[in-house]
Amino acid sequence: MKRAGFTTVWLPVALLLPQLMIIAIFFYWPAAWAVQSSFYLQDPFGFGSTFVGVENYTDLMTNSEYGKVARFTLIYTVLVTFFSLALALLLAVKADKVIRGAKSYRTLLMWVYAIAPPVAGFLGLMFFDQRNGPLTEMFQFFGWEFRLGADFNSTATAMVIVAVWKQIPVNFIFFLSGLQSIPKAVREAALIDNRSATGRFWDVTFPLLAPTAFFLLIINITYALFDTFGIVDTLVRSEPGNNPVTLVYKVFVDGFRGNDLGGSSAQSVILMILVLVLTVFQFRLIERRIHYT
Amino acid sequence: MTFWKIAALNAAVAISATAAWAETEITLWHAMGGQLGETVNKIAEDFNASQDDYSITPVFKGSYEETLTAGIAAFRAGEQPNIMQVFDAGAATVIGAKGATIPVQDLLTENGVDFDITDYISGVRYFYADSDGKMIGMPFNSSSPIMYFNVDALAKAGVSAPKTWEEFQTVTAPALKDAGYIALSQSHLPWIFTENFMSRHNLPFATNDNGYDGAEGTKILVNNDAIKAHFTALTEWKENGLFEWYGTGWGDNATPFEEGEVAMWLGSSGSFGGLMKKDLGFDFSATVLPYWEAVTTEPKQTFIGGASLFAMSGHDAEENEAAAKFFQYLTSPEVQYFWHKETGYVPITEAAYELAKEDGHYDRFPAAEVGIQQLSLPGGDNTKGYRMGFYVQIRDVMNREYGRILSGETSVEDAFANIEKEANDLLARFAKTQG
Repeated sequence: MKRAGFTTVWLPVALLLPQLMIIAIFFYWPAAWAVQSSFYLQDPFGFGSTFVGVENYTDLMTNSEYGKVARFTLIYTVLVTFFSLALALLLAVKADKVIRGAKSYRTLLMWVYAIAPPVAGFLGLMFFDQRNGPLTEMFQFFGWEFRLGADFNSTATAMVIVAVWKQIPVNFIFFLSGLQSIPKAVREAALIDNRSATGRFWDVTFPLLAPTAFFLLIINITYALFDTFGIVDTLVRSEPGNNPVTLVYKVFVDGFRGNDLGGSSAQSVILMILVLVLTVFQFRLIERRIHYT
Repeated sequence: MTFWKIAALNAAVAISATAAWAETEITLWHAMGGQLGETVNKIAEDFNASQDDYSITPVFKGSYEETLTAGIAAFRAGEQPNIMQVFDAGAATVIGAKGATIPVQDLLTENGVDFDITDYISGVRYFYADSDGKMIGMPFNSSSPIMYFNVDALAKAGVSAPKTWEEFQTVTAPALKDAGYIALSQSHLPWIFTENFMSRHNLPFATNDNGYDGAEGTKILVNNDAIKAHFTALTEWKENGLFEWYGTGWGDNATPFEEGEVAMWLGSSGSFGGLMKKDLGFDFSATVLPYWEAVTTEPKQTFIGGASLFAMSGHDAEENEAAAKFFQYLTSPEVQYFWHKETGYVPITEAAYELAKEDGHYDRFPAAEVGIQQLSLPGGDNTKGYRMGFYVQIRDVMNREYGRILSGETSVEDAFANIEKEANDLLARFAKTQG
């Protein structure tokens, strides 16, 4: 195998430096700062600071509310990831078959991608409005006393729906391009072997889509865990009350609303560890079993 | 979102840093949006026009919580504004941070402005004061929770606004229900049905003199029979269709009143200006907050809500002087009356109150006087205010547990036990940050 090489050590270092600096300044430095402050209790104005060891962590572990938020985040992540992947896959498979006007369909399906999470949240607020939201009326028609903001399950449902709706286009784009990169010869061979379209999908198409699906799985988990912040904030209107919130939102509420920097930092560190675990899981456990073509 | 906050912060800092001419320029960070913000801008413009030595620039920083957080971040970076507006729940954080602010009383006297705390109406005097009674924050926009009612609805039901919760329960609410109304909604459970429940009934809210004597060892006294009975009554009223709760949001609970579905609404005296400007489709008026006769026969004044202005430390003498002059201007009877008239927030000095009376403001709008009347009721041992650290989070805990009570997820007993425990944990944590 041919290797391209540099003649000096300094050139590659110099070329890497801007990127490394960005990572150091915007990631490692704040991360280190968060780890440090998670062991202290600080006066918000920065006058007093007491070293409390792991107390911020033990406080979290003994706080039943933190457990509830974590459980909700888990359920929320599973639901958002599952539905946004499943629906996007369905749409991609169907769009892949469309011949006439294919481009228009695809563009329409991708459109939502351009909407920022808080804007999606605002649209959600309108659709789920307590007094005249069309979706609220639909739920009520089916006998569900749906009340955004007043009832935990209602708000949770709205959060999942808005988050899924917002994420489908991203997944759709990836799935569609994944489908289109499957060689025609493979499909035709499969057509001869198996007449059932469903069978062909699960035996041939789906395994070939696995790398895309796996990549999207990780992307969607991080999306549900972290990027839905704007949706959560808008739907609870910055006043969580008895509404569900995610772990990231709790970091924000305790740190930026409550000015409890130590407690909030400890929560951030826990989330960092979670991301680390997720990354290890991604590369060690699953990546090996998937064959990239 | 955080990124934009930081960006906004930097922009504001950059603007404020360009002050370099003869006029001493100072900044005011506030949380007054919409109509209220325009009124603040008007006051600032008038102040700037009234003299040539000082110039103040008001900057809107978002919600109360966002303003406080922005101010704290700026202080840590050494870029704090001269004056910062801090809301009731953030008072303990700011007053606890000795050295972050200059007590407004010291600022005024050092800059040759006469200061007498008894010029201020009794209800606002000590809320932002220290335990010795020295005023730390200027109670700029002070409000109190009052009961608004739909005059037409009450006439239709043939009742008058209730004085006590007993009267509400047995007379007013059932009649309103028969007339086709939901009798009551409210917009802020921690403020109206917790903090002011305590002061109205003269019940202690926290140990250490409601927390005024310091953060060390302060415990909340929220888990008491009187308030639990109140919340039990609320759930019963809700079941019987006499009360409705539309979530934690302020507006969600106000809208049904504005649309004529709910006959009575507990909101802020500061909501008056906004309600006047809306075309409500019915006549409304207001009265003082009801009380439980079973708890007390001598109801007291309530706590103020809203926010106060703090002079931040770390500025030179000239800028502090400018801040003092602005406070002097702000508390003048004319400006206070203007603010009161435009917004519904109470006039904070006796002189401004007198001016409003003389001008016939309350003959034209009797409801505008309710807030200040309620704040001028007799005080008790527990009515000057409360001081608890991490109180923003304690309010969040209350909102969460109250929401669970009203959506049937938990019992009153469990909810209050939870609030007490979590609040005391937070208070203990706060005490450690002050060490």
